[in-house]
Amino acid sequence: MTDQNSSLSHLDLETPEKPFLDANELVINMGPQHPATHGVLRVILRLDGEKVLGLECVIGYLHRGVEKIGEHRTYTMFNPYVDRMDYVAAVSNGLGYCETVEKLLNVEAPPRAQYVRVILTELNRIASHQLWLGTHALDIGAITPLFYTFRDREEILKIYEKYCGARLTTHAFRIGGLQYETYAGFEKDVKNFLDFFRPKIDEYEELLTTNRIWVERTKNVGNISAQDCIALGVTGPVLRASGVKWDLRKAQPYANYKSFDFDIPIGQNGDTYDRYLVRMGEMRQSVRIVQQAVNALPEGPIMAKVPKVMKPAVGEVYHSIEAPKGELGYFIVSDGSTQPYRVRVRPPSFVNLQALDVMCRGQLVADVIAVIGTLDIVLGEVDR
Amino acid sequence: MGQIIQYIQSYRHSDLTPGAAGNMFWALVYIMLVFVGLSVAVIAMNWLERKILAHMQVRLGPMRVGPHGLLQPIADAIKLLLKEDIMPAEADALIFWVAPFVVVLAAFTVFVVVPFGPTHAITDMNIGILFMLGVSSLSVLGIVMAGWASNSHYPLIGALRSSAQMVSYEVAMGLAVVSAILMTSLNADGTGTLSMIGIVQAQQAQHEWFIFKFFPLGLLAFFIFAVAMVAETNRAPFDLAEAESELTAGFHTEYSGFRWSLFFLAEYSAMIAVSSIAVTLWLGGWLRPFPNLLSNSTWDLVFSLFPGITFLFFAAICFYNAARMPKHPLFRIQTVGLAGFGAVLGLIGLILFIPAVSIRVQDIFWFAAKVAGFMYMYIWYRGTFPRYRFDQLMHMGWKVLLPMGLGVLVLTASVALLQEKLWHP
Repeated sequence: MTDQNSSLSHLDLETPEKPFLDANELVINMGPQHPATHGVLRVILRLDGEKVLGLECVIGYLHRGVEKIGEHRTYTMFNPYVDRMDYVAAVSNGLGYCETVEKLLNVEAPPRAQYVRVILTELNRIASHQLWLGTHALDIGAITPLFYTFRDREEILKIYEKYCGARLTTHAFRIGGLQYETYAGFEKDVKNFLDFFRPKIDEYEELLTTNRIWVERTKNVGNISAQDCIALGVTGPVLRASGVKWDLRKAQPYANYKSFDFDIPIGQNGDTYDRYLVRMGEMRQSVRIVQQAVNALPEGPIMAKVPKVMKPAVGEVYHSIEAPKGELGYFIVSDGSTQPYRVRVRPPSFVNLQALDVMCRGQLVADVIAVIGTLDIVLGEVDR
Repeated sequence: MGQIIQYIQSYRHSDLTPGAAGNMFWALVYIMLVFVGLSVAVIAMNWLERKILAHMQVRLGPMRVGPHGLLQPIADAIKLLLKEDIMPAEADALIFWVAPFVVVLAAFTVFVVVPFGPTHAITDMNIGILFMLGVSSLSVLGIVMAGWASNSHYPLIGALRSSAQMVSYEVAMGLAVVSAILMTSLNADGTGTLSMIGIVQAQQAQHEWFIFKFFPLGLLAFFIFAVAMVAETNRAPFDLAEAESELTAGFHTEYSGFRWSLFFLAEYSAMIAVSSIAVTLWLGGWLRPFPNLLSNSTWDLVFSLFPGITFLFFAAICFYNAARMPKHPLFRIQTVGLAGFGAVLGLIGLILFIPAVSIRVQDIFWFAAKVAGFMYMYIWYRGTFPRYRFDQLMHMGWKVLLPMGLGVLVLTASVALLQEKLWHP
C-alpha cells in the first residue's frame, strides 16, 4: 500500500459541521435497545427525512474486558473465555485461540484432532450463517426463514451437545488437540445432518433468492467497493462479495484445509444481495468440506504432547483464521510465564462494523437495518 | 305499547335494509349484531393468525391458555385491559387520548353499509361505496394524530410513512373501484349504482361476478384493489408504518394497554372492511358460487347445506383433537373444554340445517366465507413476504398500480361502450 491517507481520502468520512437543529436534519438514536441492532449496538443516525446523511456507531455496551482477563489467566484457563466473544461461532473462536497458542508452543495437533476440528468448525460456520440468514431476513421483514434456520441449526447444536455437552459456548478444543474422543455414532450423526441439510439450503433459497421484494430490498443496497473494503480492513463474506477472492482457508491454510477441495464463492457488486449469495454459497461449500472430512476421518491420537504447565518461550505470535464473519486473529505476547503478557484479538465484526457508515450514506433508514444485518455483526465480539 | 310492537313488527316483511326502511329499532339491533360479530371476528382472527402463521413457521403457536390456545385472545384482552395506562410526559394529552378513538371509529363506521345479504345491512346508501372509501380513509387522521401526539421520533416517522402510504394507495384503489362501478351500468336498465347492495345485485342481474367480467379487465382491477388494500391497511408486505425491525412499532410505539388494543382492533376491523369491499365489488358479495352453472333447485338445496356442513366440520376437528389430547388428569379440563367447544359448534351447525334458518343465514355465510379467504391471504402474505422499502412502495403505488388502474379503467369503459354500441345496438 502506497500512502495510507490517499487510500482513505476518497471515503470522505468527514462531514461539514451543521447547526445542531437544522430543520432538514433529524438525529435519531437507534439502539442500544432496538430489535434490529443485533444486540446492544447504538447507532446515531443523522437523517434528512428518511435519507441517511451519516451515522456513528457507539459501542461498548457489552464490553467485558476479555483481552484484559487473558493477562490474568493461564493459557489453558483463557480458552473458554474466547467462546464468549462471538458466541454464535464459539467453535471458530476456540480454533483460532488454540492454533495460536500451539504456534507459540511449537506443537501441532495430531491429524485426527485436526479433522474433527475442521468438521466442528465448518458445522459452526453453517450454524453462524443460519443465524445470520434468519435474523437478516427478519430485519427485512420476512419472518418465516428465521424459524426454518433455527429448526435446522438445532441439529448442529445437538451434535455439539453430544460431543462436548454444551450447545453454544462449547469449549470444544484444547491447546494441542481435543479433550474428548468423538462419541460413538458421531460420523453417522454428521453424515445424517449433511443429508438433511442439503435440501434445506434450497428451501431457504426458494423463499428468498428470486423473491421480488427480497431482491429489490437487497440489490444495490449497502454497496461497498473492493477498494473501500481493503482500505477499511473489511474481511470475510463482505469482502468476498465485493469481488476479492480472499479466504484465509485458501490464502494461508491452517488446520488442514489444504487437504480439502472447496471453492470460494465471490460476488461482483458488493451489495447486500451479493453478500447473501456468497454466504449461501459458503454454506454449500461447508457442507462439501464436512463431507470430505468425515469420509476421511483418520484414526489416531487426539492430543499432541503438550506440557501440563504451559510456559511458552518469550516471544510473540499472530495467527488468524477464517471465522464465519471474517478474519479472526489472535496476537499473543509471551513473557515466558504461565500467563500471556498480552492477548489482542482482531475480531472480524469490530472491523467490519467500521464499514457501516460508508455503506449507509445516502441510503434510507430501512437500508441501515438491512446493512447491519448483512454485516453479520455479533456485539459480543465487537465489544469483547 | 301496542304501537311499539307494531313499529317493531312493521319491518318483518320488508325487503329493504332497516336503515333504508327507516326502522330505528331494527337498525339498532343490526348495529349491535354487526358490532358483536365484528368483535368476535377480530378475536377469532387474532387466534387464527397466530395459529396459521405458527404452522407456516414450523411451530405450534399458542397452546397453553385453553385447548390449543383457544382462550389466548381473551387472556390477552384481559391483560391489555388491566395494564397500567401510560402516557408519555411530553405527549399532547388530548390528541394522544383522541387518536385511538378516531381510528376505531373510522374502522367500525364503514360497516354501516357493508351488505351481508340483500337485506342484511344496517343501511343501504345510494353512495355506499363512496361512503366506505371516505370513512375508511379517515383513519389516516387518527394515525397522524397518534404519531404527532406521542412527541417521539419513531412514532412520528411511522405516522408519516403510514399517511403517505395510505393516501397514495387510495388513488389506485379508487381507480379500481371506479372500473367495477362502470360495470354496474351495464345492467338491462342501463343505470349504474354506487350502492353496495346495488353493486351485488348488478352482478346477479348480469349473471357474472365482476372479477370475471371482460376477462382479464375485471381480474386486473381486482388485482390492483387486492394489492392496494393490503397497503391501505398497513399489513405485510407493506407494513412499513409498524416495521418492527426499523421503527420498533411505528405510530403506536408509545401506546400501551387499552389504547394500544384499540389500534389493534381498528387494524383488524379495517382489514375485514376492505376485504368486504373487495368481496362486494368483484366476488359477488353474498351470492353463492356457481349461480349460473349449477342453478336448479337441487343445487340450491345443496348449497344451502354448506353453512351447517362447515360448522359440523369445525366441530369434527374439535372432537378429533379432543380425542388426541394426552390422557393425563391435568389435561382433563382442556379435553372437556375442546369437546365442549366442538359441541357448541356442532349445535350451531345443526341449527343451520333448519331450512328456515339456513335460508336467512346462507347469504351471510357466503359473504363471511369470502372475507375469510381474504383474511387467510393476509396471513399468508405475512408469512411469506419480506417488507417493501418506502421508496419502492411509492414506486409501486404511483408508477405501477396507478397507470395500470388508469389503463384498466379506460379499457373497461371502451369495451363497455363497444359492447353497448356494436353487440346490443
